[in-house]
Amino acid sequence: MSFDVLLRYLPSLLSGFGVTVLCWSVGGALGMAVGFAVALLVRLPVPPLRWLLRAFVEIIRGTPFLLQLFLLYAGGPYLGLRLSATVAGVLGLALYSSAYFAEIFRGGFASVPRGQIEAATSVGMSPFDTLVRVSMPAALIAAVPPIVNLLIILSKETVVLSIITVPELMYQVQTMAAETFTAFDAIFAMAIFYWLLVEVVSRLGRRAEDRVTAYLAPEGARA
Amino acid sequence: MIAVRGVRKRFGEHEVLRGVDLSVARSEVVCLIGPSGSGKSTLLRCVNFLEAYDSGEIRIDGYLIGYEDTGGKRRSMSGRKLRDMRREIGMVFQHFNLWPHMTALRNVAEPLLRVRGLPTAEATERARAMLARVGLADRAEAFPSHLSGGQQQRVAIARALAMQPRLMLFDEPTSALDPELVGEVLEVMRSLAAEGMTMLIVTHEMGFAAHVADRIAFIDQGRILDDGPPREVFHESREPRVREFLQTYHDRNSF
Repeated sequence: MSFDVLLRYLPSLLSGFGVTVLCWSVGGALGMAVGFAVALLVRLPVPPLRWLLRAFVEIIRGTPFLLQLFLLYAGGPYLGLRLSATVAGVLGLALYSSAYFAEIFRGGFASVPRGQIEAATSVGMSPFDTLVRVSMPAALIAAVPPIVNLLIILSKETVVLSIITVPELMYQVQTMAAETFTAFDAIFAMAIFYWLLVEVVSRLGRRAEDRVTAYLAPEGARA
Repeated sequence: MIAVRGVRKRFGEHEVLRGVDLSVARSEVVCLIGPSGSGKSTLLRCVNFLEAYDSGEIRIDGYLIGYEDTGGKRRSMSGRKLRDMRREIGMVFQHFNLWPHMTALRNVAEPLLRVRGLPTAEATERARAMLARVGLADRAEAFPSHLSGGQQQRVAIARALAMQPRLMLFDEPTSALDPELVGEVLEVMRSLAAEGMTMLIVTHEMGFAAHVADRIAFIDQGRILDDGPPREVFHESREPRVREFLQTYHDRNSF
């Protein structure tokens, strides 16, 4: 192991890590927003819209991320969609994750006990208020653990972006390995960075989970 | 106040209500009793149209609920009109159905804010008064998961009462409770009855029904078999099915 090589490449590794975090956070946030919108729209009593959204989710979940990314980056120009590698990477992550987020939110809505909705109906609450005040909070609370899980998976899916030359961590690591023939050091450095990221995300996730389920904690244990 | 005429309801192949007639006058307390699967909960849920009945009519203060009959044709009522009717009908469920992410106070205040459109201060004040009424003033800030079943059900009653309904429906309000918690809920219901609230109650609490109800309706296989003052239904019913049903209660509760 040669620390001088690691030190020499530290700036490019750090910049790669920065790009990774950027693509992951922006792509993940966009994907979550789109997924939530899909989960809401699927609930509308409009069958064609429902079929369309279902098909979208199934197609995205049924094909490899790598393929989707290629189509977007290399196929996009044929449709007049000329994207930089990083923008294509972020949009790709958003598109890919949105299908999974949609399913997480759909599951969250499905987990809301019917009785809670009937209680709202019986007092004369409108469907909109019932959604916003009763279903949505319960659905979002139920969705937090799988959301954190998906975000962790997604953080590591970012390595795929290196294939379309997004200068993220994997890309920098490969460059370093190719230029210095230090495959082990490069991979070691990469592992450390990802582990750091995942550790932070899972800790924040645990905290978010505790926070939203505070109402279930023993009385007095609430912060 | 409630007039049920010829109501039928089927779930697939199974006809749950097979022509039910029932009336509840203002300030009257009517208990619906009968074996499980007899259709009593379904009937109760048809009264505020949580369940859509197939034919017949249910009128609240003369107004047909759930449908509009115009020119001999029946159409579903608009959501808005149905909501306007529902907010005058309080309902209490077997499993309380409180909103778990809201405190007791918020559970009671929420319908006042969203449905009655009261300003926050007024809604909160009224919610506090309602919780005090069911003996839970000191538990206002507790979440449902921190309350006993009896306390949760009392919050649920407060939530319904806060809307100042004209009548109250109770769907087996004590069936999910530990035996020693049943009393506190029945006590609240008894005081409501004493104040003249119109109440339709599905229950298995025969003692409560005998003491508080003005009338008992016995329902079996989707039909009302007997309907009269508690004394008559409990002790002088000519219906063998009613006597048989009550006998199992006597057997179980004699020790």
